[in-house]
Amino acid sequence: MGSPIKIKVKLKGDVAEVKALMPHPMESGVRVNAETGEAVPKHYIQEVVCKHNGNVVTTAFWGTAVSKDPYMAFKFKGAKAGDKLEISWRDNTGDTSVSEVDIS
Amino acid sequence: MKLQRRALVKGLLTAAAVLAVPRWLFAARPDKAFEEKSADAVVSDLFNAPVTESDQVTLKIPDIAENGAVVPVTVSTDLANVESISVIVDNNPTPLAAMFALTPQSLPEISIRIKMGESSMVRAVVKAGDQLYSASKEVKVTIGGCGG
Amino acid sequence: MKKLLIACFLFVAMANAYATPEEDRLALREFFAQRFPDLDLNEMINGLYAFDEGAREQWLEMEEFPPYEIAIEAGEETFKEPFANGKSYADCFENGGIGIRQNYPRFDTDSGEVVTLEEAINRCRTDNGEEPLPWLTGELANISAYMAYTSRGNKMNVVVPDDPRALAAYEAGKEYYYTRRGQLEFACENYHMQSAGNLLRADRMSGMLGQATHWPVYRSKWGEIGTLHKRFQECNAQVRAKPYEAQSPVYRNLEYFLSYMSNGMELNGPASRR
Repeated sequence: MGSPIKIKVKLKGDVAEVKALMPHPMESGVRVNAETGEAVPKHYIQEVVCKHNGNVVTTAFWGTAVSKDPYMAFKFKGAKAGDKLEISWRDNTGDTSVSEVDIS
Repeated sequence: MKLQRRALVKGLLTAAAVLAVPRWLFAARPDKAFEEKSADAVVSDLFNAPVTESDQVTLKIPDIAENGAVVPVTVSTDLANVESISVIVDNNPTPLAAMFALTPQSLPEISIRIKMGESSMVRAVVKAGDQLYSASKEVKVTIGGCGG
Repeated sequence: MKKLLIACFLFVAMANAYATPEEDRLALREFFAQRFPDLDLNEMINGLYAFDEGAREQWLEMEEFPPYEIAIEAGEETFKEPFANGKSYADCFENGGIGIRQNYPRFDTDSGEVVTLEEAINRCRTDNGEEPLPWLTGELANISAYMAYTSRGNKMNVVVPDDPRALAAYEAGKEYYYTRRGQLEFACENYHMQSAGNLLRADRMSGMLGQATHWPVYRSKWGEIGTLHKRFQECNAQVRAKPYEAQSPVYRNLEYFLSYMSNGMELNGPASRR
C-alpha cells in the first residue's frame, strides 16, 4: 500500500476546491544512482482518480515529469458539507493508495 | 442462422449503449502518448486534430523556474464543455507531463508541479467540445549557480 | 558617500571581536536597514523570497501545500512514540519539547559546549538506550521539523550567558562567518551580507538576518527535508572548501552565532526552498 494521500478541501458555495499532496518518489528512470552507476528504476504514479460521493469527477494521467511528492489541485461543483471525497492513485509498479475525507 | 442474428442484434444494441454513454466515462491512460518523444507526436496521438492558440486558456507558470525539479503550473480556462487539459513540455525527453480528464462536474482549472529537464516551451492544451485550444510559454530553467 | 561610510563603520564594528553579541546583532540589523530601506527586516526570515518577486511567487505556490507537511507528520509520529525503556522525547525537553526551538542552540555550562536542537534530540535517544539518528536528513530531520513547527511564531531567543566559554564559542562562530575559505575563497559574509539581494549567476542571495529561523528545510533540490548542517556542508562544497562533519564544534558554533543574529525574529520552520 502506498503512502496515504493528504487532502485539503475548501467549500465555497457548492464548489469544492481540493488540494492533494501524495508522498511518492516519482522516479523518472533517468536519475543515476551515484554509487552503483545504474539508473534508478522508474517508479511513478500513472493515474489519479478523484470521486465525489462515489462518482468520478476528475481523472489525472501522469508521466514521469510530475514532481516528487506530487501536488494536485482541482475544483468541482455540486458539493455540499458531509459529502465524501475520495482520491486514489496507481503507480507503474501496480502499487495503490486510497484516501477519503468528508467535505466540510 | 437464428443464433447469428441474435448475436448480431445483441452486438448492435451493446454498441449503441456504449456510444450513448459520455466519452469521459471511458477515460483511459493514453500510454502511447506518454512515450512519445516530440510534442507534435503527443498532440497527434491524443487528439489528431489542429490546435489553436487562444487567450481563453490561461497558463500560469514562472518565466524563470527556481528549480527545474519542481515547477508549479496552473491551467484554467473560461471555455465551456472542457473534456481534458494536457500539459506538454516540448524539450522534455517525453513531452507529455500530464493529462486531466474532466467531467461536467469539474471546473476547468487544474494545478500541478512538474519536472523540466531544461529551458523549454510549455504548452497547455484544452479540449473543449470538439475543439482544441492552447496557451504556451517559454520557461527558463537555470542550472542554479551558487545556490546550486 | 555617507551611506558607504556607515556601511564601512558597521563592517568594522561587525568584525571587531570586542563588540558584544547584542551590539553585533543591532549593527547587523542597521546594516540591512541601510541596504534595504524599504524592506520590513522581519521579511528576511523568508530568505531570498524577501528580494525576488518571481521566486517568491513559486515559493507561495509551494506553500499552498508544502511537501514539508509530510515530514511534520512523520516527525510527530516518531516524537510521540515511546522508547524501548518507556520514556519519550517529551521527557528530555522543557515543556515536553513543544514550542521550544527558539531556545536552541544553547550553551551547556556543564560540558562547556554549544548544544543544537538536533544534538539534543540524539542525546535524548542515546540517554535512553536508543541508537542515534543520522544528522542530515530522514527521521532526525522529521523530528526537528515537528519541533520547529510547534515553535512557529515564537521569537528566536538564543542566549550567550556571562561565561567566557560561551562568548568564545559565539566568537568562534562569528570568525568562521567572516573568514574566506575554499578554492573560491569566499566567506559566508561575501554572499549573505555584501551580495544579499543580488543575483549570483542565476540565484538570488538571501541575507544573513533571519537565516536561522526557518530550519529544517525541504529543498526542492534535495527532494526531502534536511537540516541546517546539511546546508552548511553544501555551502562549503560550493566554494570548494572541505565540509566539516555535521554537528562538529565548528558548525555548532557557527549555528550559535547565526541564530543569535536572528534573535527577536519569528521562527517559521520548517520551510520550503528551491
